[in-house]
Amino acid sequence: MSTQDERDQVLARIEQWKLRPPKLTDEVVTMAHGAGGKASQSLTEAVFKAAYGGPQLDRLDDGAVLDVPPGSRIVFTTDAFVVTPRKFAGGSLGDLAINGTVNDLAVMGATPKWLTVSAVLEEGLPMDELRDIVGDVAAAAAKAGVEIVAGDTKVVERGAADGCYLTTSGIGVLSSDRQLGADQVQPGDVVLVSGTIGDHGMAVILARGDLALDANIESDTAPLHEATAALLEAVPMTRWMRDPTRGGLASACNELAAAANVGVSLFEESLPVNPPVNGACELLGLDPLYVANEGKFVAVVPADQVDAALEALRAVPVSAGAVAIGEINDEHPGMVVAHTPFGGSRIVDMLVGAPLPRIC
Amino acid sequence: MKFVTEFRDPVAARALIKEITALAKDQPPRKFMEVCGGHTHAIYRHGIETLLPESIEMVHGPGCPVCVIPMGRIDDAIAVASREGVTMCCFGDMMRVPGGKSTLLEAKANGADVRIVYSPLDALAIAEREPDREVVFLAVGFETTAPSTAVTAMQARERKVSNFSIFCNHVTIVPPVKAILDSPGMSLDGFLGPGHVSTVIGTGPYEFVPREYGLPLVAAGFEPVDILQGVAMLLRQLAEGRCEVENQYKRVVRDGGNTAALKILGQVFTIRPHFEWRGLGFIAQSALALNEDFAEFDAELKFEVPGVRVADPKACQCGEVLKGAIRPWECKVFGSACTPETPIGTCMVSSEGACAAYFNYGRFRAKTRIPVTST
Repeated sequence: MSTQDERDQVLARIEQWKLRPPKLTDEVVTMAHGAGGKASQSLTEAVFKAAYGGPQLDRLDDGAVLDVPPGSRIVFTTDAFVVTPRKFAGGSLGDLAINGTVNDLAVMGATPKWLTVSAVLEEGLPMDELRDIVGDVAAAAAKAGVEIVAGDTKVVERGAADGCYLTTSGIGVLSSDRQLGADQVQPGDVVLVSGTIGDHGMAVILARGDLALDANIESDTAPLHEATAALLEAVPMTRWMRDPTRGGLASACNELAAAANVGVSLFEESLPVNPPVNGACELLGLDPLYVANEGKFVAVVPADQVDAALEALRAVPVSAGAVAIGEINDEHPGMVVAHTPFGGSRIVDMLVGAPLPRIC
Repeated sequence: MKFVTEFRDPVAARALIKEITALAKDQPPRKFMEVCGGHTHAIYRHGIETLLPESIEMVHGPGCPVCVIPMGRIDDAIAVASREGVTMCCFGDMMRVPGGKSTLLEAKANGADVRIVYSPLDALAIAEREPDREVVFLAVGFETTAPSTAVTAMQARERKVSNFSIFCNHVTIVPPVKAILDSPGMSLDGFLGPGHVSTVIGTGPYEFVPREYGLPLVAAGFEPVDILQGVAMLLRQLAEGRCEVENQYKRVVRDGGNTAALKILGQVFTIRPHFEWRGLGFIAQSALALNEDFAEFDAELKFEVPGVRVADPKACQCGEVLKGAIRPWECKVFGSACTPETPIGTCMVSSEGACAAYFNYGRFRAKTRIPVTST
């Protein structure tokens, strides 16, 4: 064999080798994984694409081209996720990142379709943990029936972030005749909630472990698109929907009262709260009305449609616990008032600051 | 929820409201002070004010530990927290209490290491976990929380945790009640005694109220039925011409108090000659300090605290509110300059503060009560 042939063979082997999928052998995330070179590529291939690759993402173009059904509108939203700890009873950072954005689209009346996922990683994050997070993202996306069509990863120096932050943006498709909004809400309408309140917030507080409190409380993180679709199908006249995340049901109702300039009356004894959540709130001096949810929504429907709405919601597992919790009135516009079981009443205001437990 | 729901029973509550209304009808208007902030919070939280007959006024007393902290003490805490190497641990409510210039929350944003804990023992655990930090626990509260601080001090000594200290602001309940009774223009007809404090000190220390001031006092629990029953018991005493200390909260409060807790209070604390109360001024023998045996854990000795007295803001009428001389909304700055987001006075900070409770829960009175339905 000539020297030329030998050289060609070696070059061919190198070319061949370069075509092999890059291997990821690192045990932790390093700055190199965010530098845009081979390490970045191997991370993308071995972690992100391996977990939730699809026809759009696999092209690794700078953007996704999406086919929107003719005559429909799109709903576009974005959300950042920085929860600590990243795993808690009932869910994880990855679940929240998908469900949070899916639910924002769902309560707008849209069918969630496409999501993007961006990750900010702290140097030193164990690769196994990243694989877990990304695995949760993939599973949650599959469950919610959405495709992840684009993404980005950045790595920052140790100490510049706390492990892993995720940002998801999402697009949902909304039929052209859907009218949902605070401006549709009228006095006499009824307020529904799709299930128990306060589960997510308490699960995360307990998972932080600094309370030395043990209770059987799980986050309710879940996609709501099936429940919202069922409600809209059964009650096309549904006025307004919102997922009461941070700030809880109280904040969602206050936003409604302010936006629609109506009064919202809540009947305290109708509020569904899991007994362990109620007990933990009682101990910590928190009000479940202000504790976050990640798999519930509140909806306003015309009074004569309440039965149809509840029947439709209860047929979907994620909203099986749906109940009516209040009424819209014109007596105290802009204000949310809770009626206590023995006929007293109190204002339910917006949350001020972070929920601080009472001390005695 | 066992031991809670029973005391939120609408049927029992309605029966008590009926009794209160009947008793009140045959009496002149009555002004009762609920001493404890926990009562104030519960009264608003459950809408109890909206249920009582108009002739009965509940006056919100000085029993919210956050509300009675003077600004100078907050400044001292901020000064200690801002020192290099110091970690200040406090209850969540203390974060937003305004000092002379700023709050602990602002100090934290500016780089001070301030952490929220739920128990003084958590602060001690931090000290053991982080031996390079000087960990200071900002202790506040009445006899209710003082025993847990005392236990923590004892454990710190036992475990020789030398990087732990306590900035003690514990206060006692009887002196301010006395101060209120002695204040000019006092027009109260009786007291709802503080339930949690009474679990520690018992009901004996209140005997001077009927004896020296001729007013009834009922130590009561914190659930709606407890409070309503307490009010009914006060009205019954007045109707029958009796005047004594009664115990509504028998399921928790023993007349003699908690002797074990009282014993450790005596072992760890000494009474300060005087202490400043927000809005009430200096009250003699009204607060606790660590005694000589625990001097090594006293943050006031370990660190230099400025100890500058800061006069209450002129516009703020927290003092009048605490004394029951005016109601929260009668204060000049209530709801305008002073709100829960930007509190001027401490009564607007804690959810147990009379002003914050009124602001959050009480502004609305239903003209027509909406019938309760559940689906």
